[in-house]
Amino acid sequence: MIAMEHVCKSYKIAKRNAGFVEACKALFHREYEVIHALNDVSFTIHDGEMVGYIGPNGAGKSSTIKILSGILTPDSGTVLVDGHVPYKNRIDHVREIGVVFGQRSQLWWDVPVIDSFELLKDIYSISDACYRQSLEELTELLNLSELLRSPARQLSLGQRMRCEIAASLLHRPRILFLDEPTIGLDAVSKLAVRDFILRQNQTHKTTVILTTHDMQDIESLTSRILLIGKGQILMDGSLDDIKSGNESIDATIAELYRTYHI
Amino acid sequence: MKKYLSFFHLRFAMGLQYRTAALAGIITQFAWGGIQIMMFHAFYRTDAAAFPMSLSATASYVWLQQAFLAFFAVWMIENDIFDAIVNGNIAYELCRPVSIYSMWFARSIATRLANAILRCFPVLIVAAFIPQSYGIDAPASPVHFLLFVLSLLLGLAVTVTFCLLIYVLTFFTISPQGLRIMFTSCVEFFSGAVIPLPFFPDKMRSFMELLPFASMQNAALRIYSASMCADEIRRAILLQVFWLVVITAAGKLLCRFAEKRIIVQGG
Repeated sequence: MIAMEHVCKSYKIAKRNAGFVEACKALFHREYEVIHALNDVSFTIHDGEMVGYIGPNGAGKSSTIKILSGILTPDSGTVLVDGHVPYKNRIDHVREIGVVFGQRSQLWWDVPVIDSFELLKDIYSISDACYRQSLEELTELLNLSELLRSPARQLSLGQRMRCEIAASLLHRPRILFLDEPTIGLDAVSKLAVRDFILRQNQTHKTTVILTTHDMQDIESLTSRILLIGKGQILMDGSLDDIKSGNESIDATIAELYRTYHI
Repeated sequence: MKKYLSFFHLRFAMGLQYRTAALAGIITQFAWGGIQIMMFHAFYRTDAAAFPMSLSATASYVWLQQAFLAFFAVWMIENDIFDAIVNGNIAYELCRPVSIYSMWFARSIATRLANAILRCFPVLIVAAFIPQSYGIDAPASPVHFLLFVLSLLLGLAVTVTFCLLIYVLTFFTISPQGLRIMFTSCVEFFSGAVIPLPFFPDKMRSFMELLPFASMQNAALRIYSASMCADEIRRAILLQVFWLVVITAAGKLLCRFAEKRIIVQGG
Protein backbone atom coordinates (compact mmCIF):
# COMPACT_ATOMS: atom_id res chain seq x y z
CA MET A 1 0.00 0.00 0.00
CA ILE A 2 1.16 3.50 -0.79
CA ALA A 3 0.11 6.36 1.42
CA MET A 4 1.12 10.00 0.98
CA GLU A 5 -0.14 12.51 3.51
CA HIS A 6 0.18 16.28 3.32
CA VAL A 7 3.39 16.10 1.32
CA CYS A 8 5.04 19.38 0.32
CA LYS A 9 8.13 19.87 -1.79
CA SER A 10 9.50 23.16 -3.07
CA TYR A 11 12.46 24.14 -5.20
CA LYS A 12 14.36 27.40 -5.20
CA ILE A 13 14.96 28.62 -8.71
CA ALA A 14 17.16 31.53 -9.80
CA LYS A 15 15.36 33.59 -12.42
CA ARG A 16 16.38 36.46 -14.65
CA ASN A 17 15.31 38.13 -17.87
CA ALA A 18 17.09 37.64 -21.16
CA GLY A 19 20.16 39.59 -22.18
CA PHE A 20 23.65 40.62 -21.21
CA VAL A 21 22.72 43.51 -18.94
CA GLU A 22 20.39 41.27 -16.98
CA ALA A 23 23.13 38.65 -16.71
CA CYS A 24 25.48 41.28 -15.22
CA LYS A 25 22.83 42.46 -12.81
CA ALA A 26 22.33 38.89 -11.67
CA LEU A 27 26.00 38.80 -10.67
CA PHE A 28 25.24 41.16 -7.81
CA HIS A 29 21.63 40.57 -7.08
CA ARG A 30 19.96 37.29 -7.72
CA GLU A 31 16.25 36.83 -7.68
CA TYR A 32 15.00 33.53 -6.44
CA GLU A 33 11.58 32.16 -6.82
CA VAL A 34 10.28 29.35 -4.69
CA ILE A 35 8.30 26.86 -6.75
CA HIS A 36 5.91 24.71 -4.80
CA ALA A 37 6.18 21.53 -6.84
CA LEU A 38 3.97 19.69 -4.37
CA ASN A 39 1.63 21.53 -2.09
CA ASP A 40 -0.17 19.36 0.45
CA VAL A 41 -0.55 16.21 -1.63
CA SER A 42 -2.38 13.25 -0.08
CA PHE A 43 -3.56 9.99 -1.59
CA THR A 44 -3.68 6.28 -0.91
CA ILE A 45 -3.14 3.51 -3.44
CA HIS A 46 -3.93 -0.12 -2.62
CA ASP A 47 -2.07 -3.24 -3.65
CA GLY A 48 -2.69 -4.35 -7.21
CA GLU A 49 -4.18 -1.04 -8.35
CA MET A 50 -3.24 0.61 -11.64
CA VAL A 51 -3.28 4.36 -11.31
CA GLY A 52 -2.82 6.98 -14.02
CA TYR A 53 -1.16 10.09 -12.69
CA ILE A 54 -1.85 12.93 -15.05
CA GLY A 55 -1.41 16.67 -15.21
CA PRO A 56 0.14 19.35 -17.43
CA ASN A 57 3.91 19.93 -17.75
CA GLY A 58 5.49 20.98 -14.49
CA ALA A 59 2.51 19.95 -12.39
CA GLY A 60 4.57 17.84 -9.98
CA LYS A 61 4.16 14.35 -11.44
CA SER A 62 7.85 13.50 -11.59
CA SER A 63 8.51 15.00 -8.18
CA THR A 64 5.88 12.67 -6.73
CA ILE A 65 7.43 9.66 -8.43
CA LYS A 66 10.88 10.65 -7.18
CA ILE A 67 9.65 11.02 -3.61
CA LEU A 68 7.88 7.66 -3.79
CA SER A 69 11.00 5.99 -5.12
CA GLY A 70 13.19 7.39 -2.37
CA ILE A 71 15.29 9.78 -4.44
CA LEU A 72 13.91 13.05 -3.12
CA THR A 73 13.16 13.97 0.47
CA PRO A 74 9.93 15.95 0.92
CA ASP A 75 9.97 19.21 2.90
CA SER A 76 7.08 18.06 5.07
CA GLY A 77 4.39 15.39 5.25
CA THR A 78 4.59 11.62 5.60
CA VAL A 79 5.08 8.94 2.98
CA LEU A 80 4.70 5.23 3.59
CA VAL A 81 5.23 2.61 0.89
CA ASP A 82 4.66 -0.97 2.07
CA GLY A 83 5.67 0.05 5.55
CA HIS A 84 8.88 1.79 4.50
CA VAL A 85 9.57 5.50 4.52
CA PRO A 86 11.25 5.67 1.09
CA TYR A 87 13.77 8.43 1.76
CA LYS A 88 14.69 7.12 5.24
CA ASN A 89 15.53 3.51 4.47
CA ARG A 90 16.23 3.97 0.78
CA ILE A 91 18.16 0.75 0.24
CA ASP A 92 15.50 -1.51 1.83
CA HIS A 93 12.76 0.33 0.02
CA VAL A 94 14.17 0.21 -3.52
CA ARG A 95 14.56 -3.58 -3.41
CA GLU A 96 10.78 -3.85 -3.68
CA ILE A 97 10.14 -1.31 -6.41
CA GLY A 98 10.86 -0.93 -10.10
CA VAL A 99 11.18 2.45 -11.77
CA VAL A 100 11.23 3.47 -15.43
CA PHE A 101 12.14 7.06 -16.25
CA GLY A 102 11.16 7.42 -19.89
CA GLN A 103 13.64 10.20 -20.58
CA ARG A 104 16.65 8.59 -18.95
CA SER A 105 18.64 5.43 -19.46
CA GLN A 106 19.73 2.86 -16.95
CA LEU A 107 21.51 0.58 -19.44
CA TRP A 108 25.26 0.79 -19.71
CA TRP A 109 26.00 2.58 -22.94
CA ASP A 110 29.02 0.67 -24.18
CA VAL A 111 28.22 -2.95 -23.38
CA PRO A 112 25.57 -5.40 -24.67
CA VAL A 113 22.20 -5.07 -22.96
CA ILE A 114 22.56 -8.54 -21.49
CA ASP A 115 25.62 -7.36 -19.52
CA SER A 116 23.53 -4.63 -17.91
CA PHE A 117 20.93 -7.26 -17.04
CA GLU A 118 23.56 -9.51 -15.46
CA LEU A 119 24.76 -6.59 -13.39
CA LEU A 120 21.21 -5.92 -12.22
CA LYS A 121 20.91 -9.59 -11.31
CA ASP A 122 23.81 -9.19 -8.90
CA ILE A 123 22.68 -5.79 -7.62
CA TYR A 124 19.30 -7.19 -6.61
CA SER A 125 20.77 -10.57 -5.62
CA ILE A 126 18.33 -12.43 -7.88
CA SER A 127 18.76 -16.21 -7.78
CA ASP A 128 19.83 -17.96 -11.00
CA ALA A 129 16.53 -19.79 -11.46
CA CYS A 130 14.47 -16.69 -10.82
CA TYR A 131 16.61 -14.62 -13.16
CA ARG A 132 16.40 -17.15 -15.98
CA GLN A 133 12.63 -17.34 -15.64
CA SER A 134 12.15 -13.55 -15.57
CA LEU A 135 14.50 -13.08 -18.49
CA GLU A 136 12.72 -15.69 -20.60
CA GLU A 137 9.34 -14.23 -19.86
CA LEU A 138 10.42 -10.65 -20.55
CA THR A 139 12.31 -11.61 -23.70
CA GLU A 140 9.27 -13.29 -25.12
CA LEU A 141 6.69 -10.68 -24.15
CA LEU A 142 8.73 -7.64 -25.13
CA ASN A 143 10.34 -9.34 -28.11
CA LEU A 144 13.90 -8.74 -27.00
CA SER A 145 15.74 -11.78 -28.35
CA GLU A 146 17.33 -9.80 -31.19
CA LEU A 147 18.33 -6.90 -28.96
CA LEU A 148 20.03 -8.43 -25.95
CA ARG A 149 23.41 -8.95 -27.56
CA SER A 150 23.71 -5.43 -29.03
CA PRO A 151 25.33 -2.54 -27.17
CA ALA A 152 22.72 -0.14 -25.78
CA ARG A 153 24.15 2.76 -27.79
CA GLN A 154 23.24 1.08 -31.06
CA LEU A 155 19.55 0.51 -30.27
CA SER A 156 16.80 2.81 -31.46
CA LEU A 157 14.81 4.72 -28.84
CA GLY A 158 11.88 2.30 -28.94
CA GLN A 159 14.09 -0.78 -28.82
CA ARG A 160 16.01 0.69 -25.93
CA MET A 161 12.83 1.58 -24.06
CA ARG A 162 11.66 -2.04 -24.27
CA CYS A 163 14.98 -3.11 -22.76
CA GLU A 164 14.69 -0.41 -20.09
CA ILE A 165 11.29 -1.71 -19.04
CA ALA A 166 12.62 -5.26 -18.90
CA ALA A 167 15.59 -4.07 -16.83
CA SER A 168 13.24 -2.52 -14.27
CA LEU A 169 11.25 -5.73 -13.92
CA LEU A 170 13.97 -8.36 -13.64
CA HIS A 171 13.77 -8.41 -9.85
CA ARG A 172 9.95 -8.73 -9.93
CA PRO A 173 9.11 -5.57 -8.03
CA ARG A 174 5.81 -5.43 -6.20
CA ILE A 175 5.34 -1.80 -7.13
CA LEU A 176 6.16 -0.29 -10.49
CA PHE A 177 6.58 3.44 -11.11
CA LEU A 178 6.46 4.35 -14.77
CA ASP A 179 7.39 7.92 -15.65
CA GLU A 180 6.38 8.35 -19.31
CA PRO A 181 7.24 4.80 -20.37
CA THR A 182 5.84 5.06 -23.91
CA ILE A 183 7.80 8.15 -24.93
CA GLY A 184 9.15 7.69 -28.46
CA LEU A 185 7.66 4.27 -29.10
CA ASP A 186 6.19 3.22 -32.44
CA ALA A 187 2.64 1.89 -32.59
CA VAL A 188 3.65 -1.76 -32.38
CA SER A 189 6.00 -1.24 -29.43
CA LYS A 190 3.45 0.93 -27.67
CA LEU A 191 0.82 -1.78 -27.90
CA ALA A 192 3.33 -4.41 -26.80
CA VAL A 193 4.36 -2.36 -23.77
CA ARG A 194 0.76 -1.63 -22.79
CA ASP A 195 -0.20 -5.24 -23.18
CA PHE A 196 2.78 -6.24 -21.12
CA ILE A 197 2.06 -3.83 -18.26
CA LEU A 198 -1.53 -5.01 -18.17
CA ARG A 199 -0.47 -8.62 -17.99
CA GLN A 200 2.11 -7.86 -15.32
CA ASN A 201 -0.64 -6.34 -13.22
CA GLN A 202 -3.02 -9.24 -13.75
CA THR A 203 -0.62 -12.16 -13.25
CA HIS A 204 1.77 -10.76 -10.63
CA LYS A 205 -0.64 -8.32 -8.93
CA THR A 206 1.94 -5.58 -9.43
CA THR A 207 0.83 -2.15 -8.28
CA VAL A 208 1.43 0.30 -11.13
CA ILE A 209 1.63 4.08 -11.06
CA LEU A 210 1.92 5.60 -14.47
CA THR A 211 2.56 9.19 -15.54
CA THR A 212 2.14 9.98 -19.20
CA HIS A 213 0.95 12.56 -21.69
CA ASP A 214 -0.35 9.83 -23.96
CA MET A 215 -4.00 9.57 -23.03
CA GLN A 216 -4.40 6.28 -24.90
CA ASP A 217 -2.02 4.81 -22.31
CA ILE A 218 -4.35 6.00 -19.59
CA GLU A 219 -7.43 4.80 -21.40
CA SER A 220 -6.16 1.29 -22.03
CA LEU A 221 -4.35 0.73 -18.75
CA THR A 222 -5.76 2.49 -15.75
CA SER A 223 -9.02 2.31 -13.92
CA ARG A 224 -8.26 5.18 -11.58
CA ILE A 225 -6.98 8.65 -12.39
CA LEU A 226 -5.24 11.14 -10.16
CA LEU A 227 -5.14 14.65 -11.60
CA ILE A 228 -2.45 16.96 -10.32
CA GLY A 229 -2.07 20.64 -11.16
CA LYS A 230 0.07 23.36 -9.60
CA GLY A 231 1.23 20.90 -6.99
CA GLN A 232 -2.20 19.88 -5.74
CA ILE A 233 -4.39 16.85 -6.29
CA LEU A 234 -7.43 18.20 -8.07
CA MET A 235 -9.33 15.05 -8.84
CA ASP A 236 -9.32 11.40 -7.85
CA GLY A 237 -11.71 9.29 -9.85
CA SER A 238 -12.23 7.05 -12.84
CA LEU A 239 -12.13 7.85 -16.52
CA ASP A 240 -15.89 7.35 -16.83
CA ASP A 241 -16.45 10.11 -14.27
CA ILE A 242 -14.98 12.74 -16.56
CA LYS A 243 -15.98 11.44 -19.95
CA SER A 244 -18.96 13.20 -21.48
CA GLY A 245 -20.58 11.75 -24.57
CA ASN A 246 -18.27 10.26 -27.11
CA GLU A 247 -15.63 12.94 -27.53
CA SER A 248 -12.01 11.77 -27.77
CA ILE A 249 -9.98 11.14 -24.68
CA ASP A 250 -7.55 13.98 -25.53
CA ALA A 251 -10.46 16.43 -25.81
CA THR A 252 -11.81 15.18 -22.49
CA ILE A 253 -8.51 15.77 -20.74
CA ALA A 254 -8.02 19.19 -22.34
CA GLU A 255 -11.50 20.12 -21.15
CA LEU A 256 -10.61 18.85 -17.68
CA TYR A 257 -7.44 21.00 -17.59
CA ARG A 258 -9.52 24.01 -18.64
CA THR A 259 -12.07 23.40 -15.89
CA TYR A 260 -9.36 23.53 -13.26
CA HIS A 261 -7.48 26.45 -14.91
CA ILE A 262 -4.22 24.53 -15.13
CA MET B 1 29.65 -7.39 -1.45
CA LYS B 2 28.91 -9.43 -4.56
CA LYS B 3 27.10 -6.54 -6.22
CA TYR B 4 30.12 -4.28 -5.83
CA LEU B 5 32.31 -7.00 -7.30
CA SER B 6 29.97 -7.08 -10.29
CA PHE B 7 30.40 -3.36 -10.82
CA PHE B 8 34.11 -4.02 -10.63
CA HIS B 9 33.93 -6.82 -13.23
CA LEU B 10 31.82 -4.88 -15.70
CA ARG B 11 33.95 -1.77 -15.42
CA PHE B 12 37.16 -3.76 -15.63
CA ALA B 13 35.96 -5.52 -18.78
CA MET B 14 34.98 -2.17 -20.26
CA GLY B 15 38.37 -0.69 -19.44
CA LEU B 16 40.15 -3.50 -21.24
CA GLN B 17 38.29 -2.92 -24.50
CA TYR B 18 39.88 0.46 -25.28
CA ARG B 19 43.03 -0.81 -26.98
CA THR B 20 43.80 2.22 -29.14
CA ALA B 21 43.59 4.53 -26.16
CA ALA B 22 46.01 2.27 -24.29
CA LEU B 23 48.47 2.25 -27.19
CA ALA B 24 48.34 6.04 -27.49
CA GLY B 25 48.81 6.25 -23.72
CA ILE B 26 51.89 4.05 -23.82
CA ILE B 27 53.50 6.18 -26.54
CA THR B 28 52.78 9.34 -24.57
CA GLN B 29 54.26 7.80 -21.47
CA PHE B 30 57.51 6.94 -23.24
CA ALA B 31 57.82 10.43 -24.69
CA TRP B 32 57.02 12.11 -21.39
CA GLY B 33 59.29 9.85 -19.35
CA GLY B 34 62.11 10.34 -21.86
CA ILE B 35 61.86 14.12 -21.74
CA GLN B 36 61.85 14.17 -17.94
CA ILE B 37 64.90 11.93 -17.69
CA MET B 38 66.83 14.03 -20.25
CA MET B 39 65.98 17.12 -18.24
CA PHE B 40 67.11 15.59 -14.96
CA HIS B 41 70.24 14.30 -16.71
CA ALA B 42 71.15 17.87 -17.71
CA PHE B 43 70.75 19.08 -14.12
CA TYR B 44 72.73 16.18 -12.68
CA ARG B 45 75.63 16.80 -15.09
CA THR B 46 76.11 20.24 -13.57
CA ASP B 47 76.43 18.94 -10.02
CA ALA B 48 75.20 15.45 -9.17
CA ALA B 49 75.99 15.94 -5.47
CA ALA B 50 73.47 18.78 -5.15
CA PHE B 51 70.50 16.44 -5.55
CA PRO B 52 68.74 14.46 -2.82
CA MET B 53 68.26 11.34 -4.97
CA SER B 54 70.74 9.62 -7.27
CA LEU B 55 70.09 9.87 -11.00
CA SER B 56 69.25 6.18 -11.24
CA ALA B 57 66.76 6.45 -8.34
CA THR B 58 65.19 9.46 -10.04
CA ALA B 59 64.99 7.55 -13.34
CA SER B 60 63.28 4.61 -11.60
CA TYR B 61 60.88 7.09 -10.01
CA VAL B 62 60.04 8.59 -13.40
CA TRP B 63 59.46 5.24 -15.14
CA LEU B 64 57.33 3.85 -12.32
CA GLN B 65 55.36 7.06 -12.36
CA GLN B 66 54.72 6.66 -16.09
CA ALA B 67 53.89 2.95 -15.79
CA PHE B 68 51.32 3.53 -13.03
CA LEU B 69 50.02 6.86 -14.30
CA ALA B 70 46.48 5.43 -14.42
CA PHE B 71 46.67 4.71 -10.68
CA PHE B 72 47.51 8.21 -9.61
CA ALA B 73 46.46 10.76 -12.23
CA VAL B 74 43.54 12.59 -10.64
CA TRP B 75 42.77 14.20 -14.01
CA MET B 76 41.81 10.72 -15.28
CA ILE B 77 38.61 11.07 -13.33
CA GLU B 78 35.37 9.43 -14.49
CA ASN B 79 33.32 11.77 -16.59
CA ASP B 80 30.34 9.39 -16.51
CA ILE B 81 29.85 10.08 -12.83
CA PHE B 82 29.96 13.85 -13.30
CA ASP B 83 27.55 13.56 -16.23
CA ALA B 84 25.13 11.52 -14.14
CA ILE B 85 25.10 14.19 -11.44
CA VAL B 86 24.89 17.13 -13.83
CA ASN B 87 22.16 15.75 -16.11
CA GLY B 88 20.23 13.88 -13.41
CA ASN B 89 20.78 10.28 -14.53
CA ILE B 90 21.89 9.74 -10.95
CA ALA B 91 18.17 9.20 -10.35
CA TYR B 92 18.45 5.64 -11.63
CA GLU B 93 21.45 4.88 -9.46
CA LEU B 94 19.55 6.08 -6.43
CA CYS B 95 16.76 3.57 -7.20
CA ARG B 96 19.12 0.65 -6.69
CA PRO B 97 19.73 -1.15 -3.42
CA VAL B 98 23.38 -0.11 -3.39
CA SER B 99 25.39 2.47 -1.55
CA ILE B 100 26.33 5.15 -4.08
CA TYR B 101 29.68 5.69 -2.41
CA SER B 102 30.73 2.04 -2.40
CA MET B 103 29.53 1.58 -5.96
CA TRP B 104 31.60 4.54 -7.18
CA PHE B 105 34.56 3.21 -5.26
CA ALA B 106 34.28 -0.21 -6.92
CA ARG B 107 34.01 1.17 -10.42
CA SER B 108 36.76 3.76 -10.01
CA ILE B 109 39.19 1.16 -8.70
CA ALA B 110 38.26 -1.14 -11.59
CA THR B 111 38.79 1.54 -14.25
CA ARG B 112 42.17 2.51 -12.86
CA LEU B 113 43.32 -1.10 -12.50
CA ALA B 114 42.23 -1.98 -16.05
CA ASN B 115 43.96 1.09 -17.50
CA ALA B 116 47.13 0.44 -15.53
CA ILE B 117 47.30 -3.24 -16.46
CA LEU B 118 47.04 -2.38 -20.16
CA ARG B 119 49.76 0.24 -19.92
CA CYS B 120 52.25 -0.69 -17.21
CA PHE B 121 53.91 -3.79 -18.66
CA PRO B 122 55.24 -2.32 -21.93
CA VAL B 123 56.64 0.68 -20.05
CA LEU B 124 58.22 -1.44 -17.30
CA ILE B 125 59.72 -3.98 -19.69
CA VAL B 126 61.23 -1.44 -22.07
CA ALA B 127 62.51 0.73 -19.21
CA ALA B 128 64.23 -2.32 -17.72
CA PHE B 129 66.35 -2.63 -20.85
CA ILE B 130 67.36 1.03 -20.98
CA PRO B 131 71.04 1.36 -19.91
CA GLN B 132 71.85 1.83 -16.22
CA SER B 133 70.96 5.08 -14.50
CA TYR B 134 68.51 6.06 -17.28
CA GLY B 135 66.26 3.05 -17.07
CA ILE B 136 64.48 1.38 -14.19
CA ASP B 137 66.58 -0.42 -11.57
CA ALA B 138 65.66 -3.62 -9.80
CA PRO B 139 63.95 -2.89 -6.47
CA ALA B 140 66.34 -2.16 -3.60
CA SER B 141 65.52 -5.50 -1.89
CA PRO B 142 62.68 -8.07 -1.85
CA VAL B 143 61.36 -6.44 1.31
CA HIS B 144 61.37 -3.06 -0.38
CA PHE B 145 59.50 -4.57 -3.29
CA LEU B 146 56.76 -6.00 -1.07
CA LEU B 147 56.43 -2.70 0.79
CA PHE B 148 56.33 -0.95 -2.59
CA VAL B 149 53.38 -3.11 -3.71
CA LEU B 150 51.54 -2.50 -0.43
CA SER B 151 52.15 1.22 -0.63
CA LEU B 152 51.18 1.28 -4.31
CA LEU B 153 47.77 -0.24 -3.52
CA LEU B 154 47.24 2.07 -0.55
CA GLY B 155 48.17 5.00 -2.78
CA LEU B 156 45.62 3.85 -5.36
CA ALA B 157 42.94 3.68 -2.67
CA VAL B 158 43.83 7.15 -1.35
CA THR B 159 43.69 8.57 -4.89
CA VAL B 160 40.31 6.96 -5.59
CA THR B 161 38.74 8.12 -2.31
CA PHE B 162 40.08 11.59 -3.05
CA CYS B 163 38.34 11.51 -6.45
CA LEU B 164 35.15 10.32 -4.74
CA LEU B 165 35.32 13.42 -2.57
CA ILE B 166 35.27 15.51 -5.77
CA TYR B 167 32.22 13.62 -7.09
CA VAL B 168 30.35 14.08 -3.85
CA LEU B 169 31.16 17.80 -3.74
CA THR B 170 29.69 18.09 -7.26
CA PHE B 171 26.28 17.42 -5.71
CA PHE B 172 26.62 20.81 -4.07
CA THR B 173 28.30 22.85 -6.81
CA ILE B 174 26.36 21.30 -9.77
CA SER B 175 29.22 22.09 -12.16
CA PRO B 176 32.36 20.00 -11.68
CA GLN B 177 34.72 22.35 -13.59
CA GLY B 178 36.00 24.50 -10.75
CA LEU B 179 36.46 21.61 -8.34
CA ARG B 180 38.32 19.60 -10.95
CA ILE B 181 40.76 22.34 -11.87
CA MET B 182 41.46 23.23 -8.26
CA PHE B 183 41.90 19.70 -6.95
CA THR B 184 43.80 18.44 -9.98
CA SER B 185 46.38 21.22 -9.78
CA CYS B 186 46.79 20.73 -6.05
CA VAL B 187 47.36 17.02 -6.50
CA GLU B 188 49.79 17.42 -9.41
CA PHE B 189 51.98 19.80 -7.45
CA PHE B 190 51.80 18.42 -3.92
CA SER B 191 51.87 14.70 -4.72
CA GLY B 192 55.21 14.76 -6.49
CA ALA B 193 53.79 14.28 -9.97
CA VAL B 194 55.69 17.26 -11.39
CA ILE B 195 58.88 17.03 -9.30
CA PRO B 196 59.55 14.32 -6.70
CA LEU B 197 59.01 15.67 -3.18
CA PRO B 198 62.65 15.28 -2.03
CA PHE B 199 63.59 18.03 -4.51
CA PHE B 200 61.62 20.62 -2.56
CA PRO B 201 63.31 22.77 0.15
CA ASP B 202 63.49 20.87 3.45
CA LYS B 203 60.97 22.90 5.44
CA MET B 204 58.41 22.81 2.68
CA ARG B 205 59.04 19.12 2.07
CA SER B 206 58.50 18.07 5.67
CA PHE B 207 55.17 19.88 5.58
CA MET B 208 54.18 18.50 2.19
CA GLU B 209 54.94 14.95 3.30
CA LEU B 210 52.18 15.17 5.90
CA LEU B 211 49.49 16.19 3.41
CA PRO B 212 47.15 13.57 1.93
CA PHE B 213 48.67 14.23 -1.50
CA ALA B 214 51.99 12.74 -0.38
CA SER B 215 50.13 9.51 0.43
CA MET B 216 49.28 8.96 -3.24
CA GLN B 217 52.28 8.19 -5.47
CA ASN B 218 55.13 9.70 -3.44
CA ALA B 219 55.35 6.92 -0.85
CA ALA B 220 55.33 3.93 -3.18
CA LEU B 221 57.71 5.35 -5.79
CA ARG B 222 60.29 6.33 -3.20
CA ILE B 223 60.10 3.06 -1.29
CA TYR B 224 60.95 1.13 -4.47
CA SER B 225 64.41 2.60 -4.87
CA ALA B 226 65.00 2.93 -1.11
CA SER B 227 65.22 6.71 -1.10
CA MET B 228 63.48 6.53 2.28
CA CYS B 229 64.98 4.96 5.40
CA ALA B 230 63.11 2.30 7.41
CA ASP B 231 61.59 4.83 9.84
CA GLU B 232 60.43 7.02 7.00
CA ILE B 233 58.86 4.05 5.23
CA ARG B 234 56.95 3.09 8.37
CA ARG B 235 55.74 6.64 8.81
CA ALA B 236 54.75 6.99 5.14
CA ILE B 237 52.66 3.79 5.17
CA LEU B 238 50.97 4.71 8.45
CA LEU B 239 50.15 8.12 7.00
CA GLN B 240 48.64 6.42 3.94
CA VAL B 241 46.37 4.32 6.16
CA PHE B 242 45.49 7.40 8.21
CA TRP B 243 44.52 9.47 5.18
CA LEU B 244 42.63 6.58 3.60
CA VAL B 245 40.47 6.31 6.71
CA VAL B 246 39.98 10.07 7.09
CA ILE B 247 39.13 10.75 3.43
CA THR B 248 36.77 7.77 3.23
CA ALA B 249 34.96 8.86 6.39
CA ALA B 250 34.65 12.42 5.13
CA GLY B 251 33.41 11.23 1.73
CA LYS B 252 30.81 8.88 3.20
CA LEU B 253 29.55 11.51 5.61
CA LEU B 254 29.24 14.14 2.88
CA CYS B 255 27.56 11.61 0.59
CA ARG B 256 24.93 10.81 3.20
CA PHE B 257 24.30 14.51 3.67
CA ALA B 258 24.12 15.08 -0.10
CA GLU B 259 21.60 12.26 -0.59
CA LYS B 260 19.23 13.96 1.85
CA ARG B 261 19.19 17.26 0.02
CA ILE B 262 19.63 16.03 -3.50
CA ILE B 263 17.88 17.70 -6.42
CA VAL B 264 17.65 15.76 -9.65
CA GLN B 265 18.52 18.01 -12.57
CA GLY B 266 16.48 17.99 -15.75
CA GLY B 267 13.00 16.92 -14.60
